[in-house]
Amino acid sequence: MPEYHLTTPISEADARKLKVGDIVYVSGEHVYTARDEAHQRALELLKKGEKPPVDFNGSVIYHVGPVAWKKGGKWQIVSAGPTTSTRMELFEDEFLRKYRARIIVGKGGMGPKTLAALKEVGAVYCSYTGGCGALAAKGLKEVRAYEWQDLGMPEALWVITAKDFGPLLVTMDSHGNSLHDEIAKKVEAKKAEVYAKLGIKP
Amino acid sequence: MLKMAVTKLPSDVEAALRTAYENEDDPTAKTQLSAILSNLEIAATGIPMCQDTGVIIYYVKVGTKFPYIDAIQEALISATRKATEQIPLRPNAVHPFKGVNSNDNTGEKIPWINWEIVPGDSLEMTVFPKGGGSENVSIVGMLKPGAGLAGVKKLIVDNAMKYMGEACSPNIIGVGIGGGADISIKIAKQQLLRPLGDSHPEPEVSKLEKDLLDALNATGIGPMGLGGKTTVLAVKIGYAMRHPASLPVGVAVQCWAARRSTAVISKDLKVRYLTHPGGK
Repeated sequence: MPEYHLTTPISEADARKLKVGDIVYVSGEHVYTARDEAHQRALELLKKGEKPPVDFNGSVIYHVGPVAWKKGGKWQIVSAGPTTSTRMELFEDEFLRKYRARIIVGKGGMGPKTLAALKEVGAVYCSYTGGCGALAAKGLKEVRAYEWQDLGMPEALWVITAKDFGPLLVTMDSHGNSLHDEIAKKVEAKKAEVYAKLGIKP
Repeated sequence: MLKMAVTKLPSDVEAALRTAYENEDDPTAKTQLSAILSNLEIAATGIPMCQDTGVIIYYVKVGTKFPYIDAIQEALISATRKATEQIPLRPNAVHPFKGVNSNDNTGEKIPWINWEIVPGDSLEMTVFPKGGGSENVSIVGMLKPGAGLAGVKKLIVDNAMKYMGEACSPNIIGVGIGGGADISIKIAKQQLLRPLGDSHPEPEVSKLEKDLLDALNATGIGPMGLGGKTTVLAVKIGYAMRHPASLPVGVAVQCWAARRSTAVISKDLKVRYLTHPGGK
């Protein structure tokens, strides 16, 4: 599996190089957490003609609601594994088109709307192993800001400097490929065999 | 006990994940399990293994002669607050109408306490932080009795094929059959407290556990739904008598981070840790 070490902001050309199955490690200052509510707020701001507090262009958007705490007056990420990405399927295509993020990180994969937007914009979706919060936190070196605190710790926009954050596995690329769709097809093809094993009539 | 639960898996679960890593030959599946195992090592230094430290649930089996029954509920609520601040845990209690996070994991009916009154003078308590990802794919099916056991199996397999990797597989599946809608899912969730290596004492039930384990692992869903041999670590089934017209089936899905910690507290407040011997 080819391995890439990328630094943010990530260019469209770099994102288009990535293919399903590649491993990526990310460093840099443009790593942001965003779940349902942060996506919604970012899009609402745009509608109102206002700007979000950060520049999402070339960024890494991480679907995560971290555990964090304040130590010596500074926020630190304690544990930060990915959340289920399909919830963001409602907003991600528009978010990608409007803000040009280049890497979306989460778990479980996303749907056809996001896959189409990845192709159009030149971006990828990477899977991080679910539940591996302690491991992920190691790559999320510094919290530079904790924006939109009114949304609560999990839903807020955390502004992070990453150092070798990964391994991120590219599971949806800008060429229309999705490992999630591929596995879903394989599992569907196994259904008859599994039913037969259990004596279930289809 | 909350700290033990969120930072270190019971030894049976960790052993099952190691075995799964050994058995997989799919490179993606191996990467996923290897990340899980490295994550467990880091977590053991005192960091929550998963950022979703769950909704805090307690299972309390209290002896009728345990002298501090009155104090249990308040103690569990204040322990939850303290643990949230000190470990720390993620604040996961949100008011469903106001949308406001209480920020301390407590509020209306939360932490949830399952009470059981038993003979004796001690207290057995299990802390069970349950993550949202796997909870979101837990279901209750009200089947027609005519659907029979084949219907039960179909419900479980179809559910797994629908949520694929969303519940952080390899999963543990708890199944509760019979009783009623609420009873079936309660039994299902209780099955998640069973040691991974056990099987139901009744042969019909343990056969179904084994058959479902094999069938789910033949789906190819694999760790995190990215393909592989290990989709589930165990299937645990319990039942209650059913109404002649009903066949309720509760399916409780547990992520690989099957966090629980159990201790027995004697009447003179001596603590014996069962899942995390020596309190570690």
